[in-house]
Amino acid sequence: MAMNYNAKDEVDGGPPCAPGGTAKTRRPDNTAFKQQRLPAWQPILTAGTVLPIFFIIGLIFIPIGIGIFVTSNNIREIEIDYTGTEPSSPCNKCLSPDVTPCICTINFTLEKSFEGNVFMYYGLSNFYQNHRRYVKSRDDSQLNGDSSALLNPSKECEPYRRNEDKPIAPCGAIANSMFNDTLELFLIGNDSYPVPITLKKKGIAWWTDKNVKFRNPPGGDNLEERFKGTTKPVNWLNPVYVLDSDPDNNGFINEDFIVWMRTAALPTFRKLYRLIERKSDLHPTLPAGRYSLNITYNYPVHYFDGRKRMILSTISWMGGKNPFLGIAYIAVGSISFLLGVVLLVINHKYRNSSNTADITI
Amino acid sequence: MEREPAGTEEPGPPGRRRRREGRTRTVRSNLLPPPGAEDPAAGAAKGERRRRRGCAQHLADNRLKTTKYTLLSFLPKNLFEQFHRPANVYFVFIALLNFVPAVNAFQPGLALAPVLFILAITAFRDLWEDYSRHRSDHKINHLGCLVFSREEKKYVNRFWKEIHVGDFVRLRCNEIFPADILLLSSSDPDGLCHIETANLDGETNLKRRQVVRGFSELVSEFNPLTFTSVIECEKPNNDLSRFRGCIIHDNGKKAGLYKENLLLRGCTLRNTDAVVGIVIYAGHETKALLNNSGPRYKRSKLERQMNGDVLWCVLLLVCMSLFSAVGHGLWIWRYQEKKSLFYVPTSDGSSLSPVTAAVYSFLTMIIVLQVLIPISLYVSIEIVKACQVYFINQDVQLYDEETDSQLQCRALNITEDLGQIQYIFSDKTGTLTENKMVFRRCTVSGVEYSHDANAQRLARYQEADSEEEEVVPRGGSVSQRSSIGSHQSVRVVHRTQSTKSHRRTGSRAEAKRASMLSKHTAFSSPMEKDITPDPKLLEKVSECDKSLAVARHQEHPLAHLSPELSDVFDFFIALTICNTVVVTCPDQPRTKVRVRFELKSPVKTIEDFLRRFTPSCLTSGCSSIGSLAAHKSNHKSGSGFLSTPSSDGMLLRLERLDQPTSAITSNGYSSQADDWASELAQEQEPERELRYEAESPDEAALVYAARAYNCVLVERLHDQVSVELPHLGRLTFELLHTLGFDSIRKRMSVVIRHPLTDEINVYTKGADSVVMDLLQPCSSVDARGRHQKKIRSKTQNYLNLYGAEGLRTLCIAKRVLSKEEYACWLQSHLEAESSLENSEELLFQSAIRLETNLHLLGATGIEDRLQDGVPETISKLRQAGLQIWVLTGDKQETAVNIAYACKLLDHDEEVITLNATSQEACAALLDQCLRYVQSRGLQRAPEKTKGKVSMRFSSLCPPSMSTASGRSPSLVIDGRSLAYALEKNLEDKFLFLAKQCRSVLCCRSTPLQKSMVVKLVRSKLKAMTLAIGDGANDVSMIQVADVGVGISGQEGMQAVMASDFAVPKFRYLERLLILHGHWCYSRLANMVLYFFYKNTQRMSVQRQSSLLGLYLPSRPRPIAVEQVGLLTHTVTSAKSFDVLELQIPSLYVG
Repeated sequence: MAMNYNAKDEVDGGPPCAPGGTAKTRRPDNTAFKQQRLPAWQPILTAGTVLPIFFIIGLIFIPIGIGIFVTSNNIREIEIDYTGTEPSSPCNKCLSPDVTPCICTINFTLEKSFEGNVFMYYGLSNFYQNHRRYVKSRDDSQLNGDSSALLNPSKECEPYRRNEDKPIAPCGAIANSMFNDTLELFLIGNDSYPVPITLKKKGIAWWTDKNVKFRNPPGGDNLEERFKGTTKPVNWLNPVYVLDSDPDNNGFINEDFIVWMRTAALPTFRKLYRLIERKSDLHPTLPAGRYSLNITYNYPVHYFDGRKRMILSTISWMGGKNPFLGIAYIAVGSISFLLGVVLLVINHKYRNSSNTADITI
Repeated sequence: MEREPAGTEEPGPPGRRRRREGRTRTVRSNLLPPPGAEDPAAGAAKGERRRRRGCAQHLADNRLKTTKYTLLSFLPKNLFEQFHRPANVYFVFIALLNFVPAVNAFQPGLALAPVLFILAITAFRDLWEDYSRHRSDHKINHLGCLVFSREEKKYVNRFWKEIHVGDFVRLRCNEIFPADILLLSSSDPDGLCHIETANLDGETNLKRRQVVRGFSELVSEFNPLTFTSVIECEKPNNDLSRFRGCIIHDNGKKAGLYKENLLLRGCTLRNTDAVVGIVIYAGHETKALLNNSGPRYKRSKLERQMNGDVLWCVLLLVCMSLFSAVGHGLWIWRYQEKKSLFYVPTSDGSSLSPVTAAVYSFLTMIIVLQVLIPISLYVSIEIVKACQVYFINQDVQLYDEETDSQLQCRALNITEDLGQIQYIFSDKTGTLTENKMVFRRCTVSGVEYSHDANAQRLARYQEADSEEEEVVPRGGSVSQRSSIGSHQSVRVVHRTQSTKSHRRTGSRAEAKRASMLSKHTAFSSPMEKDITPDPKLLEKVSECDKSLAVARHQEHPLAHLSPELSDVFDFFIALTICNTVVVTCPDQPRTKVRVRFELKSPVKTIEDFLRRFTPSCLTSGCSSIGSLAAHKSNHKSGSGFLSTPSSDGMLLRLERLDQPTSAITSNGYSSQADDWASELAQEQEPERELRYEAESPDEAALVYAARAYNCVLVERLHDQVSVELPHLGRLTFELLHTLGFDSIRKRMSVVIRHPLTDEINVYTKGADSVVMDLLQPCSSVDARGRHQKKIRSKTQNYLNLYGAEGLRTLCIAKRVLSKEEYACWLQSHLEAESSLENSEELLFQSAIRLETNLHLLGATGIEDRLQDGVPETISKLRQAGLQIWVLTGDKQETAVNIAYACKLLDHDEEVITLNATSQEACAALLDQCLRYVQSRGLQRAPEKTKGKVSMRFSSLCPPSMSTASGRSPSLVIDGRSLAYALEKNLEDKFLFLAKQCRSVLCCRSTPLQKSMVVKLVRSKLKAMTLAIGDGANDVSMIQVADVGVGISGQEGMQAVMASDFAVPKFRYLERLLILHGHWCYSRLANMVLYFFYKNTQRMSVQRQSSLLGLYLPSRPRPIAVEQVGLLTHTVTSAKSFDVLELQIPSLYVG
């Protein structure tokens, strides 16, 4: 084919035959661009190229998938639902709004010990944190410590903008609906004396959130002073400046608050609650055994058929427990491999009976 | 000035005329003081006067304004226009929807940005286009032109835009007419001027225009100040070939105005020193501008399909939004009462009702899912198509070197339709054939002259064209091949595209070069010009010539000739003069210095006739009245005086024929290529070349043929034709009338006065079918009548033979008119001419009255050569699954022959011929054919019924039936049967039959029938059709078809103007369809599909999240959907894939 072009160029490429010196013709330029001869690569799918690709994909993906799956399976995870809608549940008593504060305890057993850092989550179901108006219902400049926004929050916060003529800090529906159960974990040893497990409050939020996005309003040392003139969100029990005793984890930069403010995309979600740090290499962080979960039950979800869970999980290099990724890899790899085999058989069987060779130059 | 016939209508006062403004326009000189203006000389009042005049006449000035906008009106007007596009309205609707607070859009301002961007881009483009239009307008408006100024009493230079209707304009040679001008005076002594209309219709031959009657007689120079006549003419219209009006002189006399008097804007004045005229139509009322309708807009099939898909998308969008809205409503209804923590009431604390929330949700969803509707697709498609058009235009392999033209895409948006064609409708003449008419053979007075040497010469051209190794021994094999059929079989068909250029050497290359050189004159390749005469006939002609030269001064010179020789003589005279060929000489300007004859012609009035044909005048040499008459009769009787030109003081021609006439014994025009053929030519010094410019190529072919027989057309003026013969010298025929060719009469005639006999002769040339019916009925009683009858039947036989050989046949006939007959006819003809209303009809009737009782002289056969590569192209297109139909006006035998030659019909396939004479017969025949075709299709073998049926529809090749049993037959149908078949009740049957056939050939079809056939196939079979043609008769077909292709060939530009694509040759169709069509279609289709895919992908992510969520759009997240560079589709094509695609035409899924 290239030969053909060369031949043509030879014939046509010369000076146009115009004896009268009328060299000006309307002949189009014989350039690669205009003649659509720019080098281009157009894959022609033949058995020779397609089959190896299928096999290679299969051979690469299946081991990766297996690796991920195994890793994921090695992650320890336990979920404890403490919504208390079942009458047998210890938290059933807390469903009625009269009991305040309501504390319930759920016992559970870890069959295997949890090693390394353990993450404690709370999980909510049927909670539409992705609702359009809900997502918008916040004032980022207020949360960033802007003093004018503190006293005059954005309109987006309506109807949780002002309460009794005072601006709400933090304003908006997200903050208003902040998760406010308190979870405590005890290891019940052989001597049946529960040992509290240290839960670390800090280090659960994103660094940028903690240090850039969320700031307390400026002012003196006293946090209450800085929030002067504002009122607490309607649903909250306490104002924002008493969220924690640690001044570095109080007010807007309270990490529980920050975690909550990062809204979830799906109605079933989990949010990091606490960290259980590894104590030493020798002992597992959470040894196998019986534990009890103490819940200060404040957060009402049963009105809208929601569920509350507490999750304990370890992590690996690929994050939390996620068997899907491994399965997906294995599935794709297997299908590809299978297709390769099928095509190989087809190609082997029908190779000679068709004239595809003519078309696929 | 001549006296008008007394019967003309008295013109009314101007006031009354103006009331009839609705139908006609009245134009008066601007130099006359307008009614009411008392002080015309005051210079200051000039502007005012002009204004008032403009007011009075309500006529446009010559300012060209094609811009749409002014500075002020740009913004509102442009926006208004942009919002006519549904896409823009949709865009703005979406953008505004963002501002509705209830839909909770995140960044309403941002949504406006793309809309504004698109609007701005479009506005900028419009502005730029408008500005460039303005600039070109400005340039044209400021061209200079000589306009007569009243103040200065002379012609002054003015801008074009300052010309008004009623101004007098003077133009010099090679200037372009600034407006439609009525020709009042010409520097040409005959009151003629030549114009070139290439700007209007692309025809490069010169056309003749004539000074308005009554002004041509002025001896002194035309003075605009004395022009007081009023011109009445039609309202401005866009018909280039029609102009009607009359001029009313002061004294109430009236004279008709015709197309021949009008100089159209945009044409160029040629070969005339200067002309003066009055502006009739100016500016936008000129015919040229009224004809200038912008580019055609056709919607391609893909686009129509895509529009459907977009509508589906809209429907899908609405459905999905509705689904979401309903879901959201339910969700709200479910959670509202439940004190959900995440439920946000409205700002005033109350909660939305589920229905309201659903409505808001619906609107929001429309915004969120708007990407589903691929608005950007339209923009992208425009860009891609523009690139495709560019690349098609730039394809060097679609460039034709001989004509120096490449393919032009005239329609910008149907490139991909080229890849979807199922039916090709082709014209024959000029499309499949070259439309280079070559004189092949003739029959005179019942004797056939086969012109073997000429056939041999033509074979040389063909061989040079095909294979070089096949060298014919010079001179030796003269009569090896005598028929055309054998030539075509010799022609080597298997040439590959890539090697063709190599072999175009030798005489072919020379011919090519010559044709490139003489590109500006039509129809003059050496192949057409150099005709080798038949020795027998040449002898007879020279015999005539000699004996006439001797007998010239006797009373009845022609009577000395035998009837046959007289026929031969008349035959060649008719060939030479019965046409509208203009003679030019390339070396010299056409301007001639010549003493004017008093003689004016064509005869226009009865008085004129009486004066010119009084018996006293007719007898030559008798005493005449006045010196002028003496001049005339002298000229007339002594028509041979040019043999001694120097002694004649009357004609001071720029002599170009001054070599001894005796030297011209043979064809002096032979080129080096065929010197082998001209043993007769004793190489005289090459005569200065005369060039013939004809309106149709066969006219030129006949004139060149006559020239080969030394019957040379040397000059044609509007009133006389000069023919030069070797012995007789120059004969000047007085041309009384020319009745032009038209497609209904299918013939043309000239009325002349014979210089030798002084008789009035009518020479008619026309299609054989027509002319044979108009012949004088000959009695079989007397010997002469019987002889005539014999001649006639012989000629008819030869005509059939010519037809079978694929030649175009023309019959030449003559009629001698007596003075009385002529006078009688003249009267009615003049009436017809001067009638304003239905003069065309009357002229037609008048022509029919004249063309009767003809005496058959002979017939000619002209070959129309097949174009390069036509058979190969047809077979390739066939392989690609395209059905090819040929629709031609030619007669059946010629058409079938050409069809065989170009491999449209195959000799081993069956041909069904449908020739019916009545509606019923046609229906019966169709039924029979259908049954036959169906039974044949079922049995797949030569069955017994075949024999029975073939009796009825004359299968052309019964013996080879068994081999062709697997093939479908071809259908040949003639015009009359086609007319029946296209009737409502038969069209389905016809179409069904035609669908079964491999190819269909419609002969003798009118332009209307052609378009009807195309329309039928298009509408009934729902197929994509392509029509290709080159002439005006194909225009309707080209316009009807989905894709119209014009051949930018010789027959003017009408077909090209009407077409979507213009190709230089038929063979380029292969590359255009199979390569470019396929590429364009597949690329565009892929792009469209990809666009839909991309948009639904983007949308489906949104969709997914909203389903997982609460039927409410969640916050759009940045989704990385890769954008594919659209141009990569067009620019980067697989290298050398064109070769592949041309090799395997079946890739073109027809």
